[in-house]
Amino acid sequence: MAATVKVMRRPSEGSSSYLRATLKGMAITFKHMINPTKVTLEYPEERPEISPRWRGTHVMETHADGRPKCVACGLCPTVCPANCIRLVGGEDDMGNRYPIVYEIDEFRCIFCGMCQEVCPVEAIHVGVHFENSEYTRERFVYDLDRLMAQDHPSTLLWDPSDPVSE
Amino acid sequence: MQELSPTAFVVFAAVKVIAVFSVILLAVAYMTLAERRVSAFIQDRLGPNRVGPFGLLQPIADGIKNILKEETLPATANRFFFILAPALSVTPALVTFAVIPFAAPLPTRWGVVDMIVADLPIGLLYVLALASLGVYGLFLAGWSSNNKYALLGGVRSSAQMISYEVALGLSLIPVLILAGNVTLTEIVWQQQQLGLWYAVPLSLAFILFVVSSFAETNRLPFDLPEAESELITGYHTEYSAMKFSMFFIAEYSHILTASALMATLFLGGWSVPFWDGDHMFWYEGALISGFAETGEPILASPAWWKTLVTFLAFAVKTSFFVLVFIWVRWTLPRFRYDQVMHLGWKVMLPTALAYVMLVAITVLALDQLGVEGLLFGLALTAVSALATIVFVFFVDRDRIITGAAAPRDRSISGSTMHPATPTERLATPVVAARLEGE
Repeated sequence: MAATVKVMRRPSEGSSSYLRATLKGMAITFKHMINPTKVTLEYPEERPEISPRWRGTHVMETHADGRPKCVACGLCPTVCPANCIRLVGGEDDMGNRYPIVYEIDEFRCIFCGMCQEVCPVEAIHVGVHFENSEYTRERFVYDLDRLMAQDHPSTLLWDPSDPVSE
Repeated sequence: MQELSPTAFVVFAAVKVIAVFSVILLAVAYMTLAERRVSAFIQDRLGPNRVGPFGLLQPIADGIKNILKEETLPATANRFFFILAPALSVTPALVTFAVIPFAAPLPTRWGVVDMIVADLPIGLLYVLALASLGVYGLFLAGWSSNNKYALLGGVRSSAQMISYEVALGLSLIPVLILAGNVTLTEIVWQQQQLGLWYAVPLSLAFILFVVSSFAETNRLPFDLPEAESELITGYHTEYSAMKFSMFFIAEYSHILTASALMATLFLGGWSVPFWDGDHMFWYEGALISGFAETGEPILASPAWWKTLVTFLAFAVKTSFFVLVFIWVRWTLPRFRYDQVMHLGWKVMLPTALAYVMLVAITVLALDQLGVEGLLFGLALTAVSALATIVFVFFVDRDRIITGAAAPRDRSISGSTMHPATPTERLATPVVAARLEGE
């Protein structure tokens, strides 16, 4: 099998100079210097537009009365490839299952979004949000209350029958 | 308008020293900011704009940071020279400014004050002497650090500065031929009298001076002594905190002085273009603005607003060259060492020598023919323009930088490098020889 070789043409000799080439370069840099369109995004003031399919910090959906939608079925800790979800389920007098402990370690999470895909009651979601810095490592383990308190929109998951999300 | 009394002279000299020193240091601080902002703009970025409005307080933040940082002293360094070197490099850069006139003379109640720290009779020679002193600071820094990279940076800086000093000095000789004196006040005066800035009648000298100044100040594309990528900033590798800052202050004050020199020698110094009101010169104890037809000197009328306007003109010209320094730095990559030496010795030096001869012959011929005034300047402009065209389009050609690794005559063609079939592969001389050996 012959390897494909990309031949790089070196600039031919005898076509330039020190001074004229310098002036030519200075013309190019001058155009950039006065060009007002800069690539820098001044972050805290300006914010990047992130995709509606962005998979960021998790959100736990709630019922109208404030209870989490989660039924503690145990599918999300099972499917989680990073093993970052800790779930201890309980059952109330009516026989409804609910999470006693529901913790997500956002540090370990790889934001694959499989918890959202697997959830049968559409309770856990990954969200359109990226600013989750903290001062300590412990703060990255989000408990149930904190997951329910997140107010950013949840991610639009990719639908195979509608590939461009229309 | 009379000259100053000795007491007033001393007082005004002290005031001028302090004022010029502070202005230079302030300008240097803001040149670091200008460098960062302009470099950012050239690269389509924004640059530091967080500290104060438009980042204007950034130099102060940098200064505080550098003062508070830890001073390191390498264990194997030569302590005495290690500490001496930054001082040695910053001092000549700052004191060179003393002989540069920065505005028209200012009339005061005690007499007319020259807007120059020291109007030395040896003006330009003093500048050249101190400019060469700068290399000691750099070389001592490199040597005393006892670090191989620092030493290489120091060696490079001395070789480079000595090489370009020759072209720098030679490019100034046409100016001296025209001005007939080495004091910078007289050079400004002669330009006013000629009615042309020396950049016009001495265009090639101007180009050569600008290029050698870049080499003298160790700015890109001649920043081999620093060479971040290969020598980890060269001679100041081992320096930290304020001592490191000193080298930066030295570099930027060199740029400022070089820019002021270019403005003074080639762009008429503080004189405002197309205006006769600022012509002022000390002639036999009186401040004159020119000579009448009969040869009688005409007295000048200095005014505070004229001083202000001429200072602004000087500041604008100097800042233009500072901007050019920054602009070129962010345009060109660094030269290889052999290219620097090639440019210095094989291009700049012969050109400067030939140009000195050309200007001398032209001036002599024009003097013999009795040509004077503006016509003299225009004739010299024509000759210089011709020399510049010859230099730019004929001498300075075929200078493309060939790759060091693969010169054209030794390059390997695609077919021998990648034979199509195994048989062809075996047929190459290298493989055949190896097969025979087995």
